[in-house]
Amino acid sequence: MSLSSMWGLVQTALELGLTCGLTVLALFLSYSMLNVCDLSTDGCFTLGAAVGAVVAISGHPWLSIPAAMGAGMLSGFVTAVLQTRMGIESLLAGIIVNTGLYSINIAVMGKSSLLNMNKTQTVFTGLKALLKDTPLAGLQDLIIALIAVALVIVFLALFLRTRLGLAIRATGNNPDMVRSSSINPVFTTTVGLCIANAFTGLSGCLLAQSQKSVNIDIGSGMVTIALASLLIGQTFMGRGSIAKRAVGMVVGSVVFRLVYTIALRFNMPAFMLKLVSSVIVIAAIAGPYFKTQLPMLRRRLAGSGKREG
Amino acid sequence: MLTLKNVSKTFNPGTVNEKTALTGVDLHLEPGDFVSIIGANGAGKSTLFNAIAGSFYPDTGSITLDGQDITFQPEFRRARTIGRLFQDPMRGSAPGMTIEENLALAAGGGGWLSHVSKAEKAAFRERLALLDMGLEDRMRQPVGLLSGGQRQALTLLMATMVPPKLLLLDEHTAALDPGTAEKVLALTESIVRDNKLTCMMITHNMSSALELGNRTLMMDSGRIILDLKGEARQGLTVADLLRMFKENVGKALDNDRMLLS
Repeated sequence: MSLSSMWGLVQTALELGLTCGLTVLALFLSYSMLNVCDLSTDGCFTLGAAVGAVVAISGHPWLSIPAAMGAGMLSGFVTAVLQTRMGIESLLAGIIVNTGLYSINIAVMGKSSLLNMNKTQTVFTGLKALLKDTPLAGLQDLIIALIAVALVIVFLALFLRTRLGLAIRATGNNPDMVRSSSINPVFTTTVGLCIANAFTGLSGCLLAQSQKSVNIDIGSGMVTIALASLLIGQTFMGRGSIAKRAVGMVVGSVVFRLVYTIALRFNMPAFMLKLVSSVIVIAAIAGPYFKTQLPMLRRRLAGSGKREG
Repeated sequence: MLTLKNVSKTFNPGTVNEKTALTGVDLHLEPGDFVSIIGANGAGKSTLFNAIAGSFYPDTGSITLDGQDITFQPEFRRARTIGRLFQDPMRGSAPGMTIEENLALAAGGGGWLSHVSKAEKAAFRERLALLDMGLEDRMRQPVGLLSGGQRQALTLLMATMVPPKLLLLDEHTAALDPGTAEKVLALTESIVRDNKLTCMMITHNMSSALELGNRTLMMDSGRIILDLKGEARQGLTVADLLRMFKENVGKALDNDRMLLS
């Protein structure tokens, strides 16, 4: 493999890893901090992609970013209201919103399941024109993804140390404590899910624009892929400050895409992506569990051996 | 300070699991009262605390705290003026967050988006030093690394960080080893005294119920059956308490844990 084709692989993995890393950071907030497994992530990702695409196609590439984040926030708000105000289990709330979003997404895309942005001005084409004839030419996808990830990490690092951030973390960390404290878990859960889903929407918006198209399935399986990345990231940098952990999550996302890209080179068919991510999530969660069971298993095996002898 | 009027609560009404937990409880506390509460299992002691703290709304009656009717105020809002400790030391603090972050949550103040200031951190340090457990040098460690006794002491500090109008202690030393329990109890006494807090404490230890505070309540079947204060309480022994219980209820107090301690 030549050096330039290898860089090509790494660049693709970095672009995808960073862009989808925004969804991983969203789960870092909802899953790791708030302890809510937000299953509306897939639909919300597509919503961000669809809203962003429609706004960009209408001629406002930069407006597409706040629009996608706002749409994500709204979706997070609905999920939060279902689980905090209407007595719907948090997993079920995510599934319900996800299902509903499928129709909404098609409606947003103008009753179509595919939007093409080949000739559309996007944030990427804007930067591409600017970077033309500079040493950074062709790196617009990477640069925008990097800036977005950096901004989100800085935001999370600052936000999670504010009083509201601390209250959100406590809500996920010890619900018993929060229930009998002056923190209102309805409020903290709602704020946390709104912010997390804004990032998911942003992630979808950027991925769609860099791919120049939106498919109704763009977000399917995203929650598992993001969880796999998050769990990989945790094994790298699971401890330490919030900023360090957040960086670890993004590194996990890039590593996941890198491994996947390499696997593709070795002729793994592209449709295997989702199975691979499922297996990674299973291994990452079941691994530590089996590790705790191992000593007991050993003793039982050793014990039964002795009795027979 | 605190007034309960005719507070009743029945759980699962109309089913086979119907349980009358509180029956027409009337209670009035003066500011600075330190009330110890004893009673057999299921007498309604914790339910009384739950009603006061707002874990559920009573079926009948009203609750007033410091002149304000809080009968239907949600729990998290009451928690600003009512501090509470449970038997389980793990319930009062967030294990994945540092000591400093836990204290910052308890201290409140500032806006939602404010950070903890240096001055506040210094104040936390000072307060932690009072516990005499070396926690002031571990402020950046997660609370999950502390022992049960240390966590309960920290919870006590958190609950009284902003002096509450009322402090509810639900057997808060029962899960600790005897030495630590004594230490946490001594700490409780000094904090309550220094801040002139109004305090209610459930205990299964009858002698400490008589030693601590200025008033003792005995509960049975969701009712307050004995209210001892002033002269009537002076010089009472555990044996007196047991006799009074029998006279009032018509059966002996059958709580081994209570009798053995």
